[in-house]
Amino acid sequence: MHTLELTVNGQTCRVEVGLKTTLLELLRDKLHITSPKVGCNTGDCGTCSVLLDGVLVRSCITNALSVQGKSVTTLEGITEPGDIHPLQKAFHEHYGSQCGFCTPGMILASKALLDVNPSPTRDEVKEALSGNLCRCTGYVKIIDSVLAAADEMKS
Amino acid sequence: MSKVIGQRVTRYDGMAHVTGETKFVDDQVVPGTLTVKALRSPVSKGKVKNLDISAAEKMPGVAGVITAADVPCNAFGLVPDQPVLVNEDIRYRGEVIAAVAAVDEDTAMEALEKIGLDIEEQQAVLDPLEAMKEGAPQVRPEGNLQIWDGHGYRQVNLGDVDQSFDQADEIVESTHLHPSVEHAPMEPICSLAVPHAGPKLTVYTVSQALYFHLGMLCGILQMEPGDVHCKQWKAKTGSSWRHNTGYADLNYVGGTVGGGFGGKNDIMADHVAALLALKTGRPCKWRWTRAEDLLYSTFRGAWHITIKDAVTKDGRIIGRQMTSIRDAGSYASLNPYVVEKHCYLGAGPYFIPNVRVRGYCVYTNKPPASSMRGFGITPAAFATEVQLDKIADRLGMDPWEVRLTNAFRKGEYTPTKRVLNSVAMIEVLQNLAAKAGVELPGHLKAMASTQERG
Repeated sequence: MHTLELTVNGQTCRVEVGLKTTLLELLRDKLHITSPKVGCNTGDCGTCSVLLDGVLVRSCITNALSVQGKSVTTLEGITEPGDIHPLQKAFHEHYGSQCGFCTPGMILASKALLDVNPSPTRDEVKEALSGNLCRCTGYVKIIDSVLAAADEMKS
Repeated sequence: MSKVIGQRVTRYDGMAHVTGETKFVDDQVVPGTLTVKALRSPVSKGKVKNLDISAAEKMPGVAGVITAADVPCNAFGLVPDQPVLVNEDIRYRGEVIAAVAAVDEDTAMEALEKIGLDIEEQQAVLDPLEAMKEGAPQVRPEGNLQIWDGHGYRQVNLGDVDQSFDQADEIVESTHLHPSVEHAPMEPICSLAVPHAGPKLTVYTVSQALYFHLGMLCGILQMEPGDVHCKQWKAKTGSSWRHNTGYADLNYVGGTVGGGFGGKNDIMADHVAALLALKTGRPCKWRWTRAEDLLYSTFRGAWHITIKDAVTKDGRIIGRQMTSIRDAGSYASLNPYVVEKHCYLGAGPYFIPNVRVRGYCVYTNKPPASSMRGFGITPAAFATEVQLDKIADRLGMDPWEVRLTNAFRKGEYTPTKRVLNSVAMIEVLQNLAAKAGVELPGHLKAMASTQERG
């Protein structure tokens, strides 16, 4: 076992991990942060998406040891506790979430986009979400939600 | 003005979805939960000659191993014909023979390798058309065809089909192959079973059919149904719904499903997790890998559909003979019901006065197929609509006109003689044409469902 120090949603943590432990297992099984989901465990579906130093990564194919000293943000940490991020509000109001299983990854992928491009086109949103699958196929409303959030964040 | 109709209503669970607070089965954190892994058959058909779990049971970190001998009632399903764990006969590749609960995934996987398994492989039958032939390898002792009223097919008969073919101007035939389809929900099959003293067991389920499965699970475990805490209901009303005030052996917790599409209408993991929890006295979670989910969960079975229609030169379909063969895989699951609905709806939303549908539910050595979005109606609609285009081609007629000519009108009846007093197929087609930018000729625009057929 190896001791790892990292920041998760603004809090410093020390955790014991094995050589094989993934960032997804670290978050879910060790820290009990359950918004990143186990969808495929092969980096294909995007349900495990988190932000690593602000960059979107698939936590199921990210080795935990590689995040030593880094900062991880999950859906739970994109606002202060009790606050609602404009993306969360927009996904709720524009029906961007159906079964809800892909939603945490979708919102984080959207945040990664808006952080670098506050005024994306519809096509840019599609491109940014291309690594995240929604089997309910609610893509139109997901894209509507992201564009609505971008509008609100600008005003 | 209505408080609901015409108003936008926010989802009661929407805010929990966008904040990550929604707890799916895999998100339930229960300290000390064991990891479950299954030993699946490597062959499509065979007999288990020897199964030795002693070495696996003795491994450090292994809390329990179960085989068919541990299942109080090893048969379930609507029929019920499916064992929870293989008794002796293996009927599909991937069928579960034994299951292990261990402290972690690595230990569970290692324990599976320590299980001694000898199988006598047998000739499998994988093609439903082959399985229907005399002398084909037998998938189940009851035979390869589902039986309805002494027949190896479900039939729906209306009017005199033979006479309609004599009266037809044209006879149009077509064959349609519909492949199998996996539901592929984002949330794989997962079950968490927690044993305790009060009610004996709480099972967190991904089921889309909580009440069907409650009864089935109680049957398998030989338990009395108890309190069902439906989370959906809880979120709406703030209280739990007491399903049964009798003995409370089993709490079945569900309602939060990460996508189903008909793929969670059969018990696939709850029984195994429950049996291991009862055997080990510890919480047990069985989460299928994506590969297991794609290969071994239920799916929409493949169809082979032939249609022969008696058609008049003005575009009316006056008779239909339809033969549909469903590849059901190795167990009934919901297949017989799927075939029945397929047969009832075999003529589509069109008035055909003479109909003969035969739906075969054929067993093969594949994982059991089951429901998916429409319970057999979707492939019937696919075949019907392709056939209507063929009829239009043959008659040199506009495909819109063929559909509008045959669409149900008020007071007409289905092949099962259900009289329809509220129909709008004509209006739906007219709307579709308008939205697609198709200008229908005046006599088609003037049609209405309430007009009597001339």
